[in-house]
Amino acid sequence: MILTSGLTLFGIGLLAAAILGIASKLLFVKEDPRIALIEDNLPGANCGGCGFPGCSGAAAAIVAGKAPASVCIVADGEAIAVIAAIMGQEVIEREPELAVRDCTGGQRAEDLFHYEGAMDCRAAHQLYGGSKSCPEGCLGLGTCVRVCPFGAIHMGPEGLPVIDPARCKACGNCVDACPRGVIGISGMSARLLHLNQTTDCLAPCRQRCPAQINIPRYIEQIKAGDYDGAVMTIKERNPLLVTCGRVCPRPCETVCRRQHVDTSVGINMLKRFVADRELHSGSRLPVPCATDTGRRVAVIGGGPAGLSCAYFLRRLGHSPTIFDAMPKLGGQTRYGIPEYRLPKADLDWEIQGILDLGIEAKVNTKFGRDFTIESLKDEGYEAVFIGIGAWQASGMYAEGEDLDGVMGGIEFLTAHALGQKPETGDKVIVVGGGNTAIDAARTCVRLGAEVTLMYRRTRAEMPADDEEIVGAEDEGVKFKFLAAPARVIGDENGRATHLEYYEMELGEPDESGRRRPVKKEGSEQSMEATLIIPAIGQKPDLGCLYDDSEAGTCPLETTKWQTIVADPDTFQTAIPGVFTAGDVYTGPDLVISAIGDGRKAARSIHYYISQGDIPVPETTQKGMIPYTLFKEIDHVERAKRAVLPHLCHGDDRNCTFNEVEGPLNEEQAQAEADRCLRCGLVCYDRDEALTAEERDIASDA
Amino acid sequence: MQEYFLLFIGAMFVNNIVLAQYLGNCPFIGTSKETSVAVGMGGAVVFVAVMAAAITWLVQEFVLAPFGLGFLQTLAFILVIASLVQFVEMFLKKMVPPLYKSLGIFLPLITTNCAVMGIALICQREEFGFFKTIMFSLASGLGFMLALVLLAGIRERLSVRRLPIAMRGTPIGLIMAGLMSLAFFAFQGMI
Repeated sequence: MILTSGLTLFGIGLLAAAILGIASKLLFVKEDPRIALIEDNLPGANCGGCGFPGCSGAAAAIVAGKAPASVCIVADGEAIAVIAAIMGQEVIEREPELAVRDCTGGQRAEDLFHYEGAMDCRAAHQLYGGSKSCPEGCLGLGTCVRVCPFGAIHMGPEGLPVIDPARCKACGNCVDACPRGVIGISGMSARLLHLNQTTDCLAPCRQRCPAQINIPRYIEQIKAGDYDGAVMTIKERNPLLVTCGRVCPRPCETVCRRQHVDTSVGINMLKRFVADRELHSGSRLPVPCATDTGRRVAVIGGGPAGLSCAYFLRRLGHSPTIFDAMPKLGGQTRYGIPEYRLPKADLDWEIQGILDLGIEAKVNTKFGRDFTIESLKDEGYEAVFIGIGAWQASGMYAEGEDLDGVMGGIEFLTAHALGQKPETGDKVIVVGGGNTAIDAARTCVRLGAEVTLMYRRTRAEMPADDEEIVGAEDEGVKFKFLAAPARVIGDENGRATHLEYYEMELGEPDESGRRRPVKKEGSEQSMEATLIIPAIGQKPDLGCLYDDSEAGTCPLETTKWQTIVADPDTFQTAIPGVFTAGDVYTGPDLVISAIGDGRKAARSIHYYISQGDIPVPETTQKGMIPYTLFKEIDHVERAKRAVLPHLCHGDDRNCTFNEVEGPLNEEQAQAEADRCLRCGLVCYDRDEALTAEERDIASDA
Repeated sequence: MQEYFLLFIGAMFVNNIVLAQYLGNCPFIGTSKETSVAVGMGGAVVFVAVMAAAITWLVQEFVLAPFGLGFLQTLAFILVIASLVQFVEMFLKKMVPPLYKSLGIFLPLITTNCAVMGIALICQREEFGFFKTIMFSLASGLGFMLALVLLAGIRERLSVRRLPIAMRGTPIGLIMAGLMSLAFFAFQGMI
């Protein structure tokens, strides 16, 4: 029986083996031997982090060319090198990436629910004690925690996921699992290339900032004493923080929610505080750049737009060269902003930091004279950025304005910045109401002249910053409101001696919303002047774009305001590979707008030279998000806004170009940062905890 | 005809291979985290269970029974099923690559699936004929698939709910399987 049993089992086994043997011969599928080799070199974790079902699937995908040698998120550099060698590929070091949570809200939001089924915020709130009402924010359910194969995420005390950078492998499982898109995988390049999306958690200040700086984040870092971190957060969007800390007119502060309690947070003061801290520290914080790509880009114009574009291109690994017609870089920040507002030494320090990243600069090199777009392309530049600013002063359209003794505002400031010592005489009339007019007036005061600023509307309609107007008043600038120039009167030598002007009165509002000034007939009067400075407006000088032919054709489309036409999303002009931004594209605008657009143009150039097309997501934020602009701010105690200290007074202020305002000290900065409400989309920090009764009322609302 | 119908209903619901016979618990818990995975595994089990039951019936009928070697049934069936799965894997890889790819890792997993073995053994214990064996194994495979997909649906919902840490994963899966088992006992009165 034993023999029979043994023989039977042996027989069945033999038969099965024979059948399998024959089948394996007949059904043999030739498999690439590299699959087995690669599988041997994969860690065998079968985690699925690569997106394939197990390591054998990943190995097959690598051989099929459907995945790169570095597809395994667990494999170390050595294993990736071996796999790449099997595939005959070269290993390129991958930029480190991490999962990042873009939501700081949670329990702070008032409960404004819109019921949308069992999985929405309201249900979550009722089940679990309330996450939030934010349409984009974290639900706090912790799905991401459960799907993380590396244990890199845990729920923090505020009910929000916290990511451990030491454990995160950037596998993306949490991103796939998050129903709200709150978590993203991000590396340095991805962050630099990211445009604000309507699905991001954007506090109003962050929405309004033309450079898209993560303002809540850097204020939080200041609050935590991480001043270097705050500098690096700003530098992710703005390389000119020392400059902007002094001259930015702070559009962000106009939408700060704090203004509905008392006054806006001094956001720019805080930026200046950390920027000056680095400036005076004696060393620079290292700014990381991606691996060199060797791709060359020409940046025409070394103003804020050009510097910003070059800085971000360099950080993305490219090799930009800046061409500038002036002797030094900086554009209007150097030649249009006086020393007492922005010391040249500080500007030099900041620009040198940008150049030290590996950016070449060619100064005294004029576009259209020393080189053209064609010559740049012939030299191997793969893309061209035009940021030549707006250097031409607009005229007064008054008779006699071409006489000696009449000098445009920007021309006057530039001549002064170049050390050409323009003659002012003792009576100067500045015509205009913008920052350039004020800068020209305050400069003339310092040069010893008696200055009258003539503006055709009232003080309330002046577009200049209020602090600048007050500063001019303090320094003795006289204001002549509701007056418009009629004609410049000259002497027999052709030199202006008087300005004849009309008195004006305000009529109906114009398209800008301001009341239109109307001249009073027969009100002409004249005022004595040794120098008349019209500072009415600026426009780009596009002469450099026209060729030498008689017709003088320009390859780029331009507007009636002498600006270059480009795609508003990509900043690409009619010529592929040629991009623009800054004042030459927008007309005269803010430094911070030029910086923001410079980065967006750098993003477009990066995509253009690396992949050909320039993606612009549909959810890109363009205007303010309406539901974030509520005005009811409860449970916040009033706190006084900081004031920047004055550095010089009296004659020292009126007779020298020493800087007028200084930075906050650390104690003041901490107090100012503490005023920040740490806003999200619909949430903000309260000072007082809600009582149970108030919470019930809020959740019923 | 009624006999076959009752056999089918009985195997699928009343004597469900997982929830009433408690066979195949390991893959039942292991592959019921996602519905898509559960459908793949269920399909593979149906396919292999029918093939295995048919071949083991032939082995029993024409090899073991004539020589009085019924006691070798378990050993012989293990040998046959393991070889069969290997063969099926080779066959599908060569002849039906899309199906092979979609079944993926589940085909080798079935080698150690006691539900398949159990179905083959039950057919012998109940002394079914060949067609009844086919019908029973098909119904049992479908019963396994049904239980698997139902549990996967429940576990998917549970994965986004807050649970005590000690209950997450397999513990709550087993509790749910137990509750499903109780629910399936209600089918006992059908036949």
